[in-house]
Amino acid sequence: MKLWRFNGGLPSLAEHKNESVHLPIETAPVPAQLIYPLLQHIGNPAVPLVKVGDKVLRGQKIADAQGLISSPIHAGSSGTVSNIGEHLIPHPSGFSAPSITITTDGEDQQLEHTPCADFRQLSAIELVAIIREAGLVGLGGAAFPTAIKLDQQHKTKPIETLILNGAECEPYISCDDRLLKERAISVIKGVEVLLHMLACKQAILAIEDNAPDTFSSVQAAIDANGNPQIKVVKIPTIYPTGSEKQLIKTLTGKEVASGEIPADIGVVSINVGTVYAVQQAVIEGKPLTSRIVTITGEGVNTPHNLEVRVGSRINTLIEVCNGYTNKAERLIMGGPMMGFALLNDEIPVVKATNCILVASKNEAVTDKQAMPCIRCGACASACPVSLLPQQLYWHSRADQAEKAAKLNLLDCIECGCCDVVCPSHIPLVQHFRHAKSALKADKHQKHLADIARERFEAREQRLALEKAERAEKSRKKKAALKARAAKKEIEAAASRAKEKQQATSNDES
Amino acid sequence: MLWVLIALLPGCITMIWQFGYGVLFNIIICLSTAVVAEAWMLKLRGRNIKPFISDLSAVVTALLLALALPTIAPWWLPFVGTLIAIVIAKHLYGGLGYNPFNPAMVAFAVLMVSFPKNMTVWVLPSSLLANDIGLAETAQLVFSSLSSSPIIDSITAATPLDEMKTRLNLSQTTDEIRHAAIFSNIAGEGWQWVSLAYLAGGCLLIGKKVISWHIPVSLLAGLFIASSIAYLVEPSISPSPLFHLLSGGAMLGAFFIATDPVTAATTLKGRIIYGLLIGLMSYIIRTWGGYPEGIAFAVLLINMTVPMIDQYTRPRVYGHK
Ligand code: SF4
Ligand code: SF4
Repeated sequence: MKLWRFNGGLPSLAEHKNESVHLPIETAPVPAQLIYPLLQHIGNPAVPLVKVGDKVLRGQKIADAQGLISSPIHAGSSGTVSNIGEHLIPHPSGFSAPSITITTDGEDQQLEHTPCADFRQLSAIELVAIIREAGLVGLGGAAFPTAIKLDQQHKTKPIETLILNGAECEPYISCDDRLLKERAISVIKGVEVLLHMLACKQAILAIEDNAPDTFSSVQAAIDANGNPQIKVVKIPTIYPTGSEKQLIKTLTGKEVASGEIPADIGVVSINVGTVYAVQQAVIEGKPLTSRIVTITGEGVNTPHNLEVRVGSRINTLIEVCNGYTNKAERLIMGGPMMGFALLNDEIPVVKATNCILVASKNEAVTDKQAMPCIRCGACASACPVSLLPQQLYWHSRADQAEKAAKLNLLDCIECGCCDVVCPSHIPLVQHFRHAKSALKADKHQKHLADIARERFEAREQRLALEKAERAEKSRKKKAALKARAAKKEIEAAASRAKEKQQATSNDES
Repeated sequence: MLWVLIALLPGCITMIWQFGYGVLFNIIICLSTAVVAEAWMLKLRGRNIKPFISDLSAVVTALLLALALPTIAPWWLPFVGTLIAIVIAKHLYGGLGYNPFNPAMVAFAVLMVSFPKNMTVWVLPSSLLANDIGLAETAQLVFSSLSSSPIIDSITAATPLDEMKTRLNLSQTTDEIRHAAIFSNIAGEGWQWVSLAYLAGGCLLIGKKVISWHIPVSLLAGLFIASSIAYLVEPSISPSPLFHLLSGGAMLGAFFIATDPVTAATTLKGRIIYGLLIGLMSYIIRTWGGYPEGIAFAVLLINMTVPMIDQYTRPRVYGHK
């Protein structure tokens, strides 16, 4: 198959897969507590369906989607709801947010689930509903509600290509690789479901060429399945080829226009972990309550690929890995390139958590002193989006986020390539994130100002109206008064005339 | 930056070998002045001295200036030049990364304009000297007043580029001119070896990925194209393209001066345009300008166009038309 090349990227980034890629998936024990932040997907937070003290079973929906872009949450084991309130969530800024805590009872009782004998009997609309109800979100890290991606009702363009993203390009992470090695048959089944839903004719599962074993296991599963519409391709290992837009370019040569989505060019791309969850939800009837997480780095004694209940605290997983080593320096959720540091290990695993990297000092991002930019252009050559990071940096640093936005700051995927190649060790991405949030804040401010202005204008209008009404009223009143006065005068005149008349008649008499 | 210094070594050695110890004195004076001036400026500006000194950028600037100066110069010439480069052209513009003009070339240009007499006196290549000038003798020349020295006239001459230009202005043809002793086979006695040494160092830098090929190749191409056209049209009064490439500062400029990232264009397309423009401009200055050597002025002029080049050569961003 012909492949295309996106700009830049890092072909020789140290992969660090050997630490964990050979480790089979093990199941983590059910922890004493499960914590579910209500917002662990893109969109609106879910709303709780339970209250403190309620008994729940595994697979029971404990919070429901709110609005279109949202996702329900299901209990990962049986137990009692022990708290609904703020809890530390995985977030770069160390926020707390509303969460449901379940104290498990150790029995792990499940809600009945009904497998589906033949998914082809179901319509796309019914399947979308099942996937939405199962709480599926993008498990590659983005956590966008999967049902929306798959809902073709409002889309005009037919989907020509379904891309299954098995290019786990970020260093250290091996959960998708293990999944494809061990459960390829289920994944391919999931692909069939998706093809059926999307009425799409071809599916391409992409795997980086540094994982030949994985490739053969997927090939074997495809051969066993026999569906000619599904194929697996090897793509060059160039970070960040697993990033959605870069992968689409690699496989189709097409680019997703800025601000648009892949469906606009007839492509849907889904992470293989999510495909597995689709198979579980549709064929087995199981909602999303667990996922595979890689726990790795020099900071843990025995790295693992663990099947984990979503909601498990990170420290319970570290225990499975026989604790921290004395090299443990920094806790990172996600990989070293696009992940973020966590405040502590009380934070729960969420649906988007693909990796916990316990980094040692030399694995953590370097703390070398940043020197001035020497305009060497290395960052621009490495940028997979063809941005000019050096100029973005210049504007971001000078608090000119607007100018940076003109240079397409918002197209930056925060992949970190520019950071890695910068000879002056400038933390470029940090500046870009900052500038992006400044833009967002600006927009919000503008929005608030707009609202305030509208309110002000409405009030002015109302006041003017009221004033006019009052004026009208007082005019009427005055007129009425005048009329009354006039009437009185007439009456008075009439009575005077009468009196006169009477007086004259009296005189006469 | 360390690789830049290493890559300049063959050039330095050839220069000293061909033109004597004057070059060595230039280098020593420039480097020591640069380090002291850099540290002093960093201190005044309240910066951390160590990481900035150890990035070697001041040393590279100083060495480039030293190699561009005349091969025998009174001590104050490299001294003043280095101060101009480091204090004015670099730090007064905001220090590393902020200077729009190449500091070494600013210094060179200021010296050229202010002390034209000293800047055009070059020692004859050693092969043309009756007897070599020793270290002590050179030191004496450098530190005593040079111009009053009686022997100075006997050991110095204009550079081949200078000579070529002067004589062309006297309506001699290139053929006649090339019989003069300083024009050996191609580009002038001594010069071609120096140029080849810079070329070798430049290739090392490209091989080591310290610089990309875009600027040097396009600069030399610009110079080559312009001189070839002239040579084809009027060979009798136009020096050959090879003469242009191998004489004066063409190689030093192409591989070591124009490639200074701070003052060059940053986009790939932009760098090719930048290099071509410098090459063309050098040819124009060499041929019609008031100075025999055009590289320095060409670099400075084209430095000014960098913001514009950068703006018009932005790459197409993913997902944009
Ligand atoms: S982080 Fe942004 S600017 Fe830097 S390389 Fe990635 S996309 Fe380009
Ligand atoms: S890589 Fe660093 S030093 Fe080089 S241009 Fe980019 S920001 Fe500047």
